[in-house]
Amino acid sequence: MKKRVDVGKKILIANEEYALRNSQLLSEQKKLCLNMISSPGSGKTTILCRTISELKDVIKIGVIEGDVQTDLDAERIRATKAPVIQIETGGSCHLSAAQVSSALENLPVSDLDLIFIENVGNLVCPSAFELGESGKMVVLSVAEGDDKPAKYPSIFAKSKVLLINKIDLLEAVGQVDFDIERVKADARKLNKGIEIFPISAKTGAGFANWYDWLKESVKNI
Amino acid sequence: MHETMVAESLLATISTESTKQNAKPVFAKISCGMLNAVNDEILSFAFEAIAKGTLCEGMKLEIEHKPIQGKCKNCDETFNVEICQPKCPKCESKEFDLLPDAPLILEEIEFETE
Repeated sequence: MKKRVDVGKKILIANEEYALRNSQLLSEQKKLCLNMISSPGSGKTTILCRTISELKDVIKIGVIEGDVQTDLDAERIRATKAPVIQIETGGSCHLSAAQVSSALENLPVSDLDLIFIENVGNLVCPSAFELGESGKMVVLSVAEGDDKPAKYPSIFAKSKVLLINKIDLLEAVGQVDFDIERVKADARKLNKGIEIFPISAKTGAGFANWYDWLKESVKNI
Repeated sequence: MHETMVAESLLATISTESTKQNAKPVFAKISCGMLNAVNDEILSFAFEAIAKGTLCEGMKLEIEHKPIQGKCKNCDETFNVEICQPKCPKCESKEFDLLPDAPLILEEIEFETE
């Protein structure tokens, strides 16, 4: 004999409960929190270091760093004097809301305007786990190829912002085949409102527009 | 790889329900939206591995993937979005809002009874 029982329960409910708690804490204190997602090596940490240094008199930024191993990225952030909490996931491919929750307890949240969560380098898994952030942002570097929004639609569909990094490489004609217009069109097919900023974290090109968006978003939170 | 975490949460939920029902679970049906990035084989494999030695050992899983839905801004039609060429099937407009992706849900469990 067999019997079927309807359950109808959310499987990731434990993660969602933590995410909700994080989101409440951030909105009560009116803090902008961006969950930064990309492939490994797209330049997330370099973008953060430049942004923190160049906006230090305007926006107070804190960082939650997620990595599978090491605190190399946290050390780079620490050098900018911004408060940073490192989470070593020890093999897990994404950050969970519970990890972010304890990181938030250890960050001086009330002194900050903006918190970046640098997720584990991975275009797939982190997009499936809500952390309680105000919004997701995706970084794509030109060397990865212009087919990524088509191949990994989930993160491009869910992000508020797309930073197209390493555009300085495009000037080396013939070295990188990357059609920025294709990326913009593919990303906007599924996400009409996505803000797209082509930048170079190495030269600083395009950062002015990114900063304007950040300042506006911090003001409106 | 995040399927392992999904499998762990799933195992915990099924175990709780099994204790309530006082019966051995043999099958579970799960549903999830396309943007959840859950792979059937990997989830089944992860679940099989962590269920060993528990009441859930040997259970079969069925995973139903729900399409992403959009709502047309022009004619209000709700439709399944084709990721490659998203447009409204009724009026062919490309102006639409993406509706929230369906969450991962444990729909039902089948138990073996005496």
